[in-house]
Amino acid sequence: MERVFETPIAEERVRELETGDVIYVSGMLFTARDEAHRVLLERGAPFPLEGLVLFHCGPVVRKRGEAWEVVAAGPTTSMRMESLEPEFLRAFRPRVIIGKGGMGERTLKALAEVGAVYCHFTGGAGALAAQRIKGVRGVHYLEELGIPEAIWVFEVERFGPLVVAMDSHGRSLYAEVGAVVQDNLRKIRARTKEG
Amino acid sequence: MRERIVSELVEALRRAATVLPADVVGALERARDREEGPARVQLEAILENVALAREKGVPICQDTGTQTFFVRVGTRFPFLEELRAAIPEAVRRATEDVPLRPNTVHPFTKVNPGDNTGRFVPHVTWEIVPGGSAEVHLLPKGGGSENCCKLVMLTPAAGIPGVVEAVVEHIADCRGLPCPPTVVGVGLGGGADLSLKLGKVALLRPVGERHPEPEVAALETELEEAINALGIGPMGLGGRTTVLAVHVEYAHRHPASFPVGIVVQCWADRRAHVRISSEGEITVAGGA
Repeated sequence: MERVFETPIAEERVRELETGDVIYVSGMLFTARDEAHRVLLERGAPFPLEGLVLFHCGPVVRKRGEAWEVVAAGPTTSMRMESLEPEFLRAFRPRVIIGKGGMGERTLKALAEVGAVYCHFTGGAGALAAQRIKGVRGVHYLEELGIPEAIWVFEVERFGPLVVAMDSHGRSLYAEVGAVVQDNLRKIRARTKEG
Repeated sequence: MRERIVSELVEALRRAATVLPADVVGALERARDREEGPARVQLEAILENVALAREKGVPICQDTGTQTFFVRVGTRFPFLEELRAAIPEAVRRATEDVPLRPNTVHPFTKVNPGDNTGRFVPHVTWEIVPGGSAEVHLLPKGGGSENCCKLVMLTPAAGIPGVVEAVVEHIADCRGLPCPPTVVGVGLGGGADLSLKLGKVALLRPVGERHPEPEVAALETELEEAINALGIGPMGLGGRTTVLAVHVEYAHRHPASFPVGIVVQCWADRRAHVRISSEGEITVAGGA
């Protein structure tokens, strides 16, 4: 059974999730990269973000008549947003962050504090992401930030698969895999030295 | 003739951006079959994405890469001037037609001309060989994986075990950043610049095709097994498959130095190939 989360997502539902779970989201998703994080924190949100899904993404879009069409919309490297993300989570309370590569200790703490999760969407899967985007509901700060950095509001259906990689209980799949990799590296080194 | 070359090169650029070569798809399918949990979910999503891009004729990844050309041209090839001029023109046209994301930024002014051309780009590596035809290999190279390339200057005493240690350690450091499962090209010897160039040339080979010399092929196998034993897995979420293949090329080295050029390519190992005969016949193929 696929676990589909509809926005707005309640804190209790997100608290049930653990690292390794696979989910999909339907409803309202908004994009924000480095510059958008800074602008929203300085000027406030143009619409309520609580319970919504924050996507680290700079999409490829084109205009078809009056409407925007999303061509490709894969995730960008999330670590660039690490310095502003804890403050962003506390200020606006999105329930799910989608990105790639994972985030640091400070974000992990903030996720536990506000009740949110970080999910990994497959890097490079831009065509798959675009297919699950059903429409563009709006765009903010387009003139000022440009297409990839603007805040895009997408209506999505079964957006995913999303692997819960950082949960609201202080666990991070990236930290766990990192420890395993270091351990394996030590073993491989020992073998190479013997050989 | 020039116009014909341009339009066939545009076709090759389109194919590279939208259709993943069969050898890469095969390797991804085999990887999916041996994985479970989050690793399998990633590979299923990748394969669904690849099928979707092919069916709709849209780019596989939003980062359509830096358009990189390797040309092997015969000394008697009659259309050299036409080919030279056709390459940047084809890149401009493909940027509009496919579309490709404009990926060339001036390092000082940050101005992006918007057509994937600029100073020294698209870069072409020309190799002159005997004969009358030309082979154009196209490698669109994504930024995330290019950021994980590295040059290591080993001491010659470290030898081949030193190469294994340097490559495995570096890939361990990269974790999920280059969008694994990756293809890793390793260039040995030749000097700092040539070792990295050979690492990139190694990526032109179909995934899994071994180097013809047994010693080199054995190093490829050893590196693949060691890297996959790290447990980084697809997208760095853990698993058995961190590389789809490791390809090694080499050149003779200076007695005092042992350069190792490590080139990392994301799972979207996009390639295309154009052949132009001395009579002006042009054939385009996706993949190698």
